[in-house]
Amino acid sequence: MSGWDKFADSFLNARVAAEYAPKILDGLWLTILLAGCIIVTGVVVGLVLAVIRAMGIRPLNWLIIFVVDLFRALPPLVIIVLLFFGMPAAGVSMSGFVAAWLALSLVLMAFAEEIFWAGITAVPPGQWEASRSLGLSFLVTFGLVVLPQAVRMVIPPLVNRTIAITKGTALASVVAVPEILGAAQAGVSFSFNPTPLTLGAVAYLALFLPVVVLGRWIETRFAWRR
Amino acid sequence: MDEFIDAFFNFGILAEAWPILLAGLGQTLLLSAVVVPLGLLGGLILALLSTVRTRWVRWPLMAWVDIFRSLPPLVLLIFIYAGLPFAGLEVSAFGAVAIGFFLNTGAYYGEIMRAGIASVPAGQMEAARSLGLSRGHAMWLVVLPQAVRNVLPDLISNTLEVVKLTSIAAVVALPELLFQARQAQSVTFNATPIMAAAVAYFILLWPVVRLLSTLENKQIARRN
Repeated sequence: MSGWDKFADSFLNARVAAEYAPKILDGLWLTILLAGCIIVTGVVVGLVLAVIRAMGIRPLNWLIIFVVDLFRALPPLVIIVLLFFGMPAAGVSMSGFVAAWLALSLVLMAFAEEIFWAGITAVPPGQWEASRSLGLSFLVTFGLVVLPQAVRMVIPPLVNRTIAITKGTALASVVAVPEILGAAQAGVSFSFNPTPLTLGAVAYLALFLPVVVLGRWIETRFAWRR
Repeated sequence: MDEFIDAFFNFGILAEAWPILLAGLGQTLLLSAVVVPLGLLGGLILALLSTVRTRWVRWPLMAWVDIFRSLPPLVLLIFIYAGLPFAGLEVSAFGAVAIGFFLNTGAYYGEIMRAGIASVPAGQMEAARSLGLSRGHAMWLVVLPQAVRNVLPDLISNTLEVVKLTSIAAVVALPELLFQARQAQSVTFNATPIMAAAVAYFILLWPVVRLLSTLENKQIARRN
């Protein structure tokens, strides 16, 4: 066999691909499900924390800042390992899926809170003063005047950060979740052929390339007004 | 409560695992010291190439950056470490991590530096050129220093992510901090080593997170 034939037989083997494509596809759905759960939990809890922080209750703010710093400083894989392999020692066992979901949600929560908070503080104080002087209450001002402007400003960094953290779903393969990478690795060890890994890489590209390109577009479209 | 402390903050276990953990921390620092400059170098190359206006350079470049930003780093690492041997290319765990990080973090650093170069007014390059500096000199001495200054928070933020990301090297059995902690845990049947690793990461990276928070707030203040 020539070099190319050998390469194609290893990485682009049609027989192996046909056999493992359904497994990778199952993995793709699981990745999408896990990513969806993480995005919803992380962004919503992050937003809630940013709103609480805006109320300016000192001790509560210190706590929020500490939690946010904690999950910005810890590597996601360390959190996943701690939850999955460590927590059983405290009598709390969870599935790999739950461990990955919880860990990455906490990380996204921390980054989302920081980003939303940056947006809230970036809204000029005049907006607050104007709507309060028009007789709107604190909460109405916050919800209808400040937050909409803040959210619009933070869309590009939020989208990019969400994409980056969602890619971390591949880490779930470490705790035996059969998402794309997990399914691909299982395929390689069963078939002694790396084609499932090629399929896995293609699946990730199919999933994330459009999102990355979209992120690029959003970045230019919603760029911070300078 | 005692049970919890015994399982997560057990000083007897910590003392036992200490040398293993310390060796792991050393590997993590060494790995970071290799992959961060490697990523910066890759990013610099990509950013400089992006100043070329020909579409034969621009389009492949954009595709390259977007592809390596789309693949999760762990997927890239596994592909290099477990896949390439099938093509007759054996790579060590360290080599696989270095290649994977060069490709992945290079793409991210490249995007940041490209934005940095774009943020420097064109007049700077023109002025430097009209003073007789060569293109290379003007780029290196006039444009790049300003570009780096403009995107410094993003560069630091990405470096933080890169250092955190070195933990995935545990998956290919490179004995860095997380891997060593897992080893210690499986020998002692106690979660203290993993907790200790988490604490070590936090102590190491918290100052950087604080610094970033301040820088980001300053940036926002400047924009208003």
